[in-house]
Amino acid sequence: MGRLSMSAVPMDQPLVMGAVGMMVIGGLVVIAGLTYFRLWGWLWFEWMTSIDHKKIGVMYVLLALVMLLRGFSDAIMMRAQQALASTGGAGYLPPEHYDQVFTAHGVIMIFFMAMPFIVGLMNFGVPLQIGARDVAFPYLNNFGFWLTASGALLVNLSLGVGNFARTGWLAYPPLSELPFSPDVGVDYYIWALQIAGLGTLLTGVNIIATILKMRTPGMTLMRMPVFTWTALCANILIVAAFPILTATLALLALDRYFGMHFFSNDAGGSPMMYVSLIWTWGHPEVYILVLPCFGVFSEVIATYSGKPLFGYKSMVYATISITVLSFLVWLHHFFTMGSGADVNAFFGISTMIIAIPTGVKIFNWLFTMYRGRVQFTPPVLWTIGFIITFTIGGMSGMLMAVPGADFVLHNSLFLVAHFHNVIIGGVMFGCMAGFNYWFPKVFGFKLDERLGKVSFWCWFVGFYLAFMPLYALGLMGMTRRLEHVDNPVWHVYLVIAAIGAAVIACGIGATILQIAYSIWKRDELRDVTGDPWNARTLEWSVSSPPPLYNYATLPVVHSIDAYWEEKREGLDHRQLPSYTKIHMPHNTGTGVILSGFITLLGFGLIWHIWWLVVLCFIATVATAVAHSFDEHRNYDIPAAEVTATEGKYFKQLAAKV
Amino acid sequence: MSVASHADTPLAATAAHDHADSHEDGSLTILGFWIYLMSDCILFASLFAAFAVLRDQTAGGPSARDIFDIPYVAVETACLLVSSFTYGLAMIAVERRNKAWVLRWLVITILLGLSFVGLEVHEFIHLTSEGSGPDRSAFLSAFFTLVATHGIHVTSGMIWMSVLIGHVMYRGLTPANRTRLMCLSLFWHFLDIVWIGVFTVVYLLGVA
Repeated sequence: MGRLSMSAVPMDQPLVMGAVGMMVIGGLVVIAGLTYFRLWGWLWFEWMTSIDHKKIGVMYVLLALVMLLRGFSDAIMMRAQQALASTGGAGYLPPEHYDQVFTAHGVIMIFFMAMPFIVGLMNFGVPLQIGARDVAFPYLNNFGFWLTASGALLVNLSLGVGNFARTGWLAYPPLSELPFSPDVGVDYYIWALQIAGLGTLLTGVNIIATILKMRTPGMTLMRMPVFTWTALCANILIVAAFPILTATLALLALDRYFGMHFFSNDAGGSPMMYVSLIWTWGHPEVYILVLPCFGVFSEVIATYSGKPLFGYKSMVYATISITVLSFLVWLHHFFTMGSGADVNAFFGISTMIIAIPTGVKIFNWLFTMYRGRVQFTPPVLWTIGFIITFTIGGMSGMLMAVPGADFVLHNSLFLVAHFHNVIIGGVMFGCMAGFNYWFPKVFGFKLDERLGKVSFWCWFVGFYLAFMPLYALGLMGMTRRLEHVDNPVWHVYLVIAAIGAAVIACGIGATILQIAYSIWKRDELRDVTGDPWNARTLEWSVSSPPPLYNYATLPVVHSIDAYWEEKREGLDHRQLPSYTKIHMPHNTGTGVILSGFITLLGFGLIWHIWWLVVLCFIATVATAVAHSFDEHRNYDIPAAEVTATEGKYFKQLAAKV
Repeated sequence: MSVASHADTPLAATAAHDHADSHEDGSLTILGFWIYLMSDCILFASLFAAFAVLRDQTAGGPSARDIFDIPYVAVETACLLVSSFTYGLAMIAVERRNKAWVLRWLVITILLGLSFVGLEVHEFIHLTSEGSGPDRSAFLSAFFTLVATHGIHVTSGMIWMSVLIGHVMYRGLTPANRTRLMCLSLFWHFLDIVWIGVFTVVYLLGVA
């Protein structure tokens, strides 16, 4: 069994075993529930094997919400530890555990919370917005989701079997090299990210092909909704940046598994090359996350202001500029490497230039609201909260873009405050705005607004309580990733930050309550029209939830905000005299099975169980080859069924009117 | 201007869903595959960059000049370049719907690919047995990784080609199989281009 033995389970650590116990109990409850209600077949046929982009989107967001809980528990643990261990006490987390917690927090929040959330929103929204019936490669879409889930599974497995990396979320060598991290932690890190990264790459290819080739007639590129534009740019970044991550982690794996010397201290290796390579991926990654959120804010603010988005073209060009510039700034993550004044100045200036297209966007959103009838719904609150928070975060980023200032602030809590300021304020707020905005489209009923507002205010206030003290601490000289500090002056700031984290916890609780309450009250919150917000883009022109095939007939587009124009001319929602059959792909379990083998393959590689590696590799290739011989992948939805589905929607509409 | 008119376009006409779909011209699949190839290109670019950074880090071990045998690698290169040509001939046979010649050229391509990989593996074994394995120095780590990554790509290309031979024998030159052959064609020529980069940057500039 390679390195694996019973001693891999940390029986002597009550805290870890408690968490594992909770997860096992939670899992058992789910399994028991599924068995009791006889839902296994439903789960398999309706969800796990589904290649419907809408359901895959839902599964991505569900994964993201579960991982948010996991990543946030890590955050609470860190805040509690620093608050407790800043007056001379030792706190409750030993250093080797604390190191795993901050590593897992970063990895989970970026790769398994933010990424699935964004990919889920794009998966759901993009085909509907461009009038397509699915994505370009529906089967690969399903496979990609399960690869992401597989990576998430491996990260969570490391909690109970073995341990996770103690290296920080980017696993810098030489610390992540074998002599300094001899156990399985870094290997869990490498293989979880490689597998999930492959899934992300498949998504990137898929969504680009979908947007370029499957737009409904009349939808030129400059008539696409802004969310689709940002999705296109984000996925171009995925395809351009993720291979660098794959290569970098592969080189680290070669160092660890074959004793090579890419990043080692000896035999000519260059640890700084790792730092440079990983940030060549890492900086575009930031924009992969935030660009689609910019798209969400654009949709939200135009819809709830009842006005077209101000400066559509400038928004598109700003998005494209950010896409290009995002590849020209990576060195600002390591100004202190010593590249010299000229190189640092170049990257400092290129970093500052990014503020220009971003500023254009901020002003566009403000001008969209100007003289609009802004409705202060939860998505709008998240958007306004974002505009304020992101602007502050952006300005602290501009400050650190000055290399001289960065030498002082590098690796301090000021930096930690900065990137949480933009990632929570930008990405998390954007995800929540999109979640509240599209929820009725996905499930056919709205989310409760009151609890949505409670959630927003908790997050908003909690964020400032948790991170403003960190700016101050950073300026006072407190570095990041400290398990305990001996400076009593810092204590009060750390306590305020911990209170902030608790307030954010209330926000997460309010979101869970909001979902539960809305499910309970779903009949009152029902959206029968398919257009609850009087929105502007095509996805609101079909029923909520949309039928399997999205569009019975493909809409023809003549302008930006196609659906708004339709409604303005009084032409929306017409039932057609007749419908034709629709050609759709079959569900397939191949993606689930392949990902299962690949998960085991990763497990074998982590624990050096070579027979399992060989076996799973052969099984993976064989399954993929066998799948290629299956030629019955499509079927027709008969015209009668389409007529019935559409008829039901129109009856519902008539009853409402 | 009527905004709400609807086109009665079936899904297959605008964007077909699957290469098994007979309505489809395969352009969607080929575009998707091409995008994937560009990402693969960036993967190689990262490895080239790593090689460029580490090429002089020999740590007292052999340098490029000491270990590269250019005539040997030239023969290896010739095998791969000719295999690209024979794959091109296979694609011409596809256009003429000549199944027998498609299969023949594919088999010849695989044989040339096998010779290429065989020569490469032989070079690796030779170097390793002399104590110049990938764990000797950063230069050798980068060399082995870049060249072997290309070799693994060629090997997967050959496995893919074998599967496609099965597909063509089983179902003939169907639209789906023609799309697959086209994707593999892109892949195979792409590997050729990458190899020209390897031959130039690693071997020729190494001994220059």
